[in-house]
Amino acid sequence: MSEQAGVTMEDVRRVAELANLELTAEEEPRMQRDLNAILGHIAQLNELDTAGVAPMAQVGEMLGGAIQGHGESLRADEVRPSVDRAAVMASAPETDGRFFKVPKVIER
Amino acid sequence: MEVESLTIDAARSAMAEGTVTATALAEMHYDRIAAEDGRINSFLSLSRERAMAQAEKIDRMAAKGEPLPVMAGVPVGIKDVLAMQGAPATAGSLILKGYWPPYDATAVAKLEAAGAILLGKLNCDEFAMGSSNENSAYGPVLNPKALGRVPGGSSGGSAAAVAADFAVATLGSDTGGSIRQPAAFCGVVGVLPTYGRVSRYGLIAFASSLDRVGPFAKNVKDAATVLQVIAGKDVMDATSSDRPVEDYAGGLTKPVEGLRVGVPQEYFGEGLDPEIRSAIEGVLDGLKTAGCVVKPVSLPHTRYAIPTYYVIATAEASSNLSRFDGVRFGLRAEEAKTLSAMFRKTRDAGFGAEVKRRILLGTYALSAGYYDAYYRKAQQVRTLLTRDFLAAFAEVDVLVAPVTPTPAFKLGEKTDDPVKMYLEDIYSVAASLAGVCGVSVPCGETREGLPIGVQVMGRHFDEAVMLRVAQAVETARG
Repeated sequence: MSEQAGVTMEDVRRVAELANLELTAEEEPRMQRDLNAILGHIAQLNELDTAGVAPMAQVGEMLGGAIQGHGESLRADEVRPSVDRAAVMASAPETDGRFFKVPKVIER
Repeated sequence: MEVESLTIDAARSAMAEGTVTATALAEMHYDRIAAEDGRINSFLSLSRERAMAQAEKIDRMAAKGEPLPVMAGVPVGIKDVLAMQGAPATAGSLILKGYWPPYDATAVAKLEAAGAILLGKLNCDEFAMGSSNENSAYGPVLNPKALGRVPGGSSGGSAAAVAADFAVATLGSDTGGSIRQPAAFCGVVGVLPTYGRVSRYGLIAFASSLDRVGPFAKNVKDAATVLQVIAGKDVMDATSSDRPVEDYAGGLTKPVEGLRVGVPQEYFGEGLDPEIRSAIEGVLDGLKTAGCVVKPVSLPHTRYAIPTYYVIATAEASSNLSRFDGVRFGLRAEEAKTLSAMFRKTRDAGFGAEVKRRILLGTYALSAGYYDAYYRKAQQVRTLLTRDFLAAFAEVDVLVAPVTPTPAFKLGEKTDDPVKMYLEDIYSVAASLAGVCGVSVPCGETREGLPIGVQVMGRHFDEAVMLRVAQAVETARG
């Protein structure tokens, strides 16, 4: 990752699009500079030989118990009361009381 | 009754004896907030209605002579990344504007069930991303011990509110140092519980494999009491552990004699402030005097903790923060004609620069062609970092180290250089990645009068021993 490290302005725009972010003309060069600085620091990880080292996603995996995906940490599958719909909809930007309303989905 | 020295035990016994009411305690704290928080900016909102209803309930119990719960009448504050009914939730961001959560986070509900009075919500870096509290959309928090300096972050408001005696205890969250670092900067106790010890249900997620909820308090005993109240299995958080919760506060009086204290050599290298170094050496001398066996240990991968953290935390953040899209709660950009334009415009208007920076970095690290080089690599190094701790804890019972390389820095000092700001977390992120517990305890002051904290780290789920050593540090300081 270090050799060709160098996030271009085009990379910044592509990643922003993937992340649903719209950057202003002033933000783009600043983000490019910062991403390059941070990725330059992250490149240190290449010094380490990690061949054969298992990747760790969760702490429980290292403790040989808890969250192993065998279902021990899952609760019983029972119907329980949920948060009241009206209370949820009270915080919605736009709603008809039953559904969230959004602008046009299909763009033509 | 002095607000300045009020502890949990003092509040509870004063109420049981009838020398003070919960209502009066709540009012005294609200008065102090009204008088002094204008310049510190620690509270974002006050939940007076809910607080006074709870205070009256406690007062009725006390009047009837009923046994009072452990935190009866104790005024507390909640970092504004935890859901709490009766107050807006902002996460320090504009994007949640107008959002009032319709439920309580488990830790918040447990505090109230234990008798605590919920005063309000505390300022923090936006989505808990920051080390100085300068990333809040609602303005920075100032350090009550030195007003031109930052209180640390991201739980800056939680640390400052305890340091300024606006609350007896508060809740914060720690993803890479966000409880321990502000505790050190403000001269209070802050606990990072083991990953899985405290439910995160109702915590606005930043990096789910790292996020933890923990307490701030004026002393180790109060911090232990709050931890005991909020810890435990919760069916609403599958990562919470069902290991029994120990009597942390009750165990603090046990002797520390014979405990093995490891001093990780990598935490005392170049860049450590000499006054902090000498304060920590003083702590180690005190522990020796108390009968601990102090010996050097090595955590060889320490220098890779920051780069590892900034890949994993930002990758998880880019995923977690995709839910803020203007559809279900908070801000929505009104001018957008289509759904996708609405997403982009809402997120552009709602997120601050640091949050955007981290979302972009995380999205980049997860994107096609870079996943193995960044994300998978970081996960592998995380394994190595965790093995470091497991190996050290085979030889010693706790680790003692600095919390931060420097004392509280000045506002604006590091805002232009993200890497410089990230390096602030150099002594805190490794414990976050490994999932072990940690606590920051005040252990001195610089010549300028800035607080210095020492970090005690414990084995996974061994908060009891970690807090016992923290208590010994506090006692030795006198």
